[in-house]
Amino acid sequence: MPELQSMADALRIVGEDPMAVLGPDSAHLVAYGHQLASMQSVPGVTVLATSEKGVIHARVVVAEGRQIVQPVHLCFGMFERFGAQVVELDVTLEPGSSATLWSHCLFTQVEKATHAMTARIEVQADASLAYQEVHYHGASGGIEVVPRATITLGPRARYKADFSLVQGRVGTLDIDYTVDVAEYAVAELTSKVYGFGTDAIRIREQVNLNGEGARGLVKTRVAAREHATAEVIGVTHGNAAGARGHVDCMEIVRDHAVVSAIPEVKVTHPQAKVTHEAAIGSVDSKQLETLMARGLDPESAIDLIIRGMLT
Amino acid sequence: MNSPAQLAAEQGNRGSDVGARAGVPAAGALLELRGIGLRLGVKEVLCGLSLAIAQGEMHVLLGANGSGKSSLAQLIMGCDGYAPSTGDILFEGRCINALPIHERARLGITLAWQEPARFEGISVRAYLALRAGAGDPAHHLEAVGLQPSEYLHRAVDKTLSGGERKRIELASVLALRPRLAILDEPSAGIDLLSMDDIVRLIGAMRVAGMTVLLITHQEELALHADRASQLCGGRIVASGTPVDVTENYRARRCRRCDGETCNHA
Repeated sequence: MPELQSMADALRIVGEDPMAVLGPDSAHLVAYGHQLASMQSVPGVTVLATSEKGVIHARVVVAEGRQIVQPVHLCFGMFERFGAQVVELDVTLEPGSSATLWSHCLFTQVEKATHAMTARIEVQADASLAYQEVHYHGASGGIEVVPRATITLGPRARYKADFSLVQGRVGTLDIDYTVDVAEYAVAELTSKVYGFGTDAIRIREQVNLNGEGARGLVKTRVAAREHATAEVIGVTHGNAAGARGHVDCMEIVRDHAVVSAIPEVKVTHPQAKVTHEAAIGSVDSKQLETLMARGLDPESAIDLIIRGMLT
Repeated sequence: MNSPAQLAAEQGNRGSDVGARAGVPAAGALLELRGIGLRLGVKEVLCGLSLAIAQGEMHVLLGANGSGKSSLAQLIMGCDGYAPSTGDILFEGRCINALPIHERARLGITLAWQEPARFEGISVRAYLALRAGAGDPAHHLEAVGLQPSEYLHRAVDKTLSGGERKRIELASVLALRPRLAILDEPSAGIDLLSMDDIVRLIGAMRVAGMTVLLITHQEELALHADRASQLCGGRIVASGTPVDVTENYRARRCRRCDGETCNHA
């Protein structure tokens, strides 16, 4: 199937081994456009999907108490020049379970297309989910990607999400994620995006610390150059005793790019505490001079600093 | 060998300042500073400074806090805002005033900052391999007293303590094998027990053929040098053997400051 070959090639671009992703012991779902190419459940992980009326409905359930060692892979691709892909994703980690979920969104050849994802993720009591979302949007800059997610963490649950789009063009990216955190649960969201050309980046991530002792971190790293724009909105609300949250945003701007960071912290309980830090600007001059004093020319030094920040 | 009295006798045109012999190894000097002035804002940080350092020499620059030592280091390296307002920086007889930092680095000059920068996402292994053919990074870490297995995979970021970061900076100088290594307060922030490590490390740099300009306010380090100079009030006020210059520095003869903090720069 040529599309599967394209998917394998795209996976290699983002550093993945297609044989590991699509192997017999790996729970996975592979879809290009609205076609379901491969789907597999493994003991402890149920993967179900349908495609109808221009929407992929996917559901992943990790059974209660199961500790899944092999990552679960969700691969969404488009290998036509024009098109659209709409995905509704439902992920549930039942109590006491743990898993790593890799979501690969690979749009290598698109010229003008849209990918819209609406996800509902529930990490139930004492469960743990590491969610790695890696995007590659090709070189055209003509794609619009609109991920939406509502994430609910039960008591003592742990959720660690990493969003990465640091190769190729971004196109238009509009992320909006909200996490509700119950007592003694921990949410950690990290996003790393590198935009150039006329890329337009908007990232809004909100963590609501609703339970006693809830913890949240929203960390964003964005580099923008040429005529790219970026708007980063990190929101944390401390709504319970002992809740602790932090918003950490760093953006590097070059050329004619325009970036903004809007941290919003709100506390509704006297024993909650939320802090934020934001740094926007050019590459730090001391970092730059240090690398230049090791013989790197300015362009190479800046590239190394930015790549490091986005690693 | 010049005694403090002899040094004091070389007052030149600086009134009651202790005298300076600036250009002893000028013939064949690797680095020569001629009449250097530096303005930072309205402040004249360096004025008429002259100094020459021979190939293979370890030269210590002593001076109280605020005397202009770090400014001089950044001026030699070519850092932004530290261009000399007067005078010339000569490297092997060539004026390098107009060269940017990386071109000076490619000539063989490097600087280990007093407060080294930190980098998100750059591993110690990568940092020690910035120069092609930099050699085994584990070997360089061992030379600064760090266990490679504990550090090579770590990032050169804020999770390192001040002392750890400083040692990695020195390891990176070893890896670079520059012709002239400017070490700005290498022992600051490192515990006293490891002062011997630094002395050994500088010895290793010299064995590797590096010329070292060691900037410090710690007299103990100065005694390991070939020659020493004292900076005060933006100029060299004494130059000579480490023993003589250290004695002069210890005597706090300078009238501009109390010997601990120079109010000039």
